[in-house]
Amino acid sequence: MKEIQAQGITDTVARLCIEANDYLGQDVIQALQQARENEVSQVGREVLGQLLENARVAREEKMPLCQDCGLTVVFLELGQEVRIVGGDLTEAINEGVRRGYEEGHLRKSVVDRPFSARINTRDNTPAIIHTEVVPGEDLKITVAPKGGGSENMSTLKMLSPAAGRQGVVDFVVKAVDNAGANPCPPIIVGVGIGGTMEQATLLAKKSLLREVGKPHPDPEVAKLEADILERVNRLGIGPMGFGGRTTVLAVHADTFPCHIASLPVAVNIQCHSARHKEAVL
Amino acid sequence: MKITTPLTDEVVVTLHAGDKVAITGTIYVGRDAAHKRFVEALDKGEPLPFDPKGQLIYYMGPAPAPPGKPIGSAGPTTSYRMDPYTSRLLEQGLKGMIGKGNRGPKVREALKKHKAVYFAAVGGAAALIAGAIKKAEVIAYEDLGAEAVRRLEVEDFPVIVVNDIYGGDAYEEGKARHRVEG
Repeated sequence: MKEIQAQGITDTVARLCIEANDYLGQDVIQALQQARENEVSQVGREVLGQLLENARVAREEKMPLCQDCGLTVVFLELGQEVRIVGGDLTEAINEGVRRGYEEGHLRKSVVDRPFSARINTRDNTPAIIHTEVVPGEDLKITVAPKGGGSENMSTLKMLSPAAGRQGVVDFVVKAVDNAGANPCPPIIVGVGIGGTMEQATLLAKKSLLREVGKPHPDPEVAKLEADILERVNRLGIGPMGFGGRTTVLAVHADTFPCHIASLPVAVNIQCHSARHKEAVL
Repeated sequence: MKITTPLTDEVVVTLHAGDKVAITGTIYVGRDAAHKRFVEALDKGEPLPFDPKGQLIYYMGPAPAPPGKPIGSAGPTTSYRMDPYTSRLLEQGLKGMIGKGNRGPKVREALKKHKAVYFAAVGGAAALIAGAIKKAEVIAYEDLGAEAVRRLEVEDFPVIVVNDIYGGDAYEEGKARHRVEG
């Protein structure tokens, strides 16, 4: 049994909130550079250049990449040999969010009473926390701030099994086409296929944490990702929607077994500010 | 091309979808919650927190200003959410909006009718855009936090004309140019 202090979790979450918001991942930077080389549209190349320049300014001036510093999504992989001491785990995470968003000059973008008064909670809490209990004695914390503009373009459909592979491809392509310029393309598309309704959406979101453009280990899923990528980049939406071939930087799909009656497909859209940072305690 | 605010019809008629424009002068900031209050004020016959005649509204909610800077990261938010409120403000003389993403047919028609323009800034280039903002102050609805109404002084604030008064749409035109059929 390993003991982990709640205070250590708070400190780590606070640091990860700031790092995720200020430092764009090297994988995203490389994908944007590659896209700038390949993009046929001149305005598209200019936009991609501005996004790379923005990442440099954010890093050097310690400013968030985007004013939308997101709703803080936290993934925990909690080793079953770990015992949290000195405080409540959920509160430790929320305190980390509170501190990180204050100290990092990050925007607080959470409202309570969502369908009525919509009152800002003023500290970006509560975080959305997904916990998975795994073997071992480590706690892995991933902080993934999620912007509202791209999240709003996300969608789910419970397809009929008869729709099959083609049905999945068509649904994802339609989702990207409908999103158009809204979610800040070039985007990353997370696709969750199978499971139940909530499991499909979680698969889609988790697949956004993968290194950008790294194919799924199962060749059949990797082929699906490649085929969808090819289709969506024919749409012509382009960087920030001004036209071009770089609408999507990567498609990341994942699957889970599902009911004999079902074929759930979830599409989670991620803007180019694809932010996540992790630490292991 | 370079333009200064407030905007006049003489300037608006020269702007076409796809034009790159650098804006200098005063612009106002408001997004979802502020727009709801603008329209509630108009419904009650109350004045808006600023006179919209000839002005531009930037759909944005900034990150807090770090020490020594007038504002934090300050990129555009998605515009369609303001569609239900936009015509009411154009009727009051508003000459343009800055945001990102597609507008609905009613807004595009209203732009033609009221001779106003919809511009896009580059979404997510928020740290870069903050450099064009020289001054920022909250002028209304301070309780809304990031969604409060602000007055900004900007210099060569970079935007692209999306919808002009002639029915042009830079998104549709760009997409049509690069779409690959099949």
